[in-house]
Amino acid sequence: MRRAVLIVVAIILAAGIYEVGRRSSAHSKLGVPSAVVHSAAPDFSLQDLDGQSLALANYRGKVVLLDFWATWCAPCRDEIPHFVALQNEYREQGLQVIGISMDDGPKPVREFYQQFKMNYPVALGTEKLAEAYGGVLGLPVTFLIGRDGQVAAKYVGEVQMPVLEQEIKSLLQAK
Amino acid sequence: MERHSVKSSVRFCFDVAVLATFAALFVTAGYAAANGWTGPGAAPTPQMQAQSASELAPGSAQLINPEDLVKILQSPKGEKPLVLNVGPHLLYMQAHIPGSEYIGAGSDSQGIESLRRRVKPLPRKTFIVLYCGCCPWSHCPNVQPAYNELHKAGFTNVKVLYIADNFGTDWVYKGYPTIKGQ
Repeated sequence: MRRAVLIVVAIILAAGIYEVGRRSSAHSKLGVPSAVVHSAAPDFSLQDLDGQSLALANYRGKVVLLDFWATWCAPCRDEIPHFVALQNEYREQGLQVIGISMDDGPKPVREFYQQFKMNYPVALGTEKLAEAYGGVLGLPVTFLIGRDGQVAAKYVGEVQMPVLEQEIKSLLQAK
Repeated sequence: MERHSVKSSVRFCFDVAVLATFAALFVTAGYAAANGWTGPGAAPTPQMQAQSASELAPGSAQLINPEDLVKILQSPKGEKPLVLNVGPHLLYMQAHIPGSEYIGAGSDSQGIESLRRRVKPLPRKTFIVLYCGCCPWSHCPNVQPAYNELHKAGFTNVKVLYIADNFGTDWVYKGYPTIKGQ
């Protein structure tokens, strides 16, 4: 009986920990307007680092993780290896990671891309694109876009990977 | 038998208390980390420790808070500072402080060179405010090198705008004066 009570207490506390983590990483954490959440993801067409066309419309039907980042941004650098791993893990189920670098030029981005063995397309961002996504006035900012092309979530600041992965799994299950 | 039962109950309560204490500590630490707390209760990250050792630790005299800068800029009286943006250009283009000048990223040698050129002809007592806002304060790679450069050049009235999270959260979304473009 007592062991059962202890187990219940542990489960309740674990659930509390999860909830705190989830909320602290959620969209409205910093009071940032999340105008694009639950609306159609603004389309864009850019050139990736190899000069190939990178258009969001080409990934319709997939779950897209859109990461606004920069090489000089320490939390962004911490996130990249996790995004590489997520791309490997969930590619077959339909996940596509896209990186939008807010660096002022391509040189450091190319070097970073090689060094971190990035396995998803990266393009240099523009002022217009950042504004279309509600303004990128601090990094990192990560969006999750569902198979239906709707923005499902926006994370401002370094995202908590277990929370992100759970959201990705949930979006991948939706057909 | 009764004594055994009391002992067992005490032990049970002790177990619950220990479990709850550890969980509470874990939750607090996790929440602090997730929110980038800089308060006394937060466990300092290596970056925070590095910056705490510098002159630009939160609360230091070299910093100016957004609300104080707004008051200075909006006041009809008093000396107005030369406000210099030492952050990334793409962020500046989206939103910046009216009247501020774009210099270049402080983490970049070209940005520092550009800062050097801009301030070279100025009197060393010029009131200068540097700002970036690209990332949370403890992660900003730009303000410290820019500040160091001005300090090295002999400027004695330099403040750095304290932006805790980013320029959006701590300036734009607070409704402070903002313009975009060049």
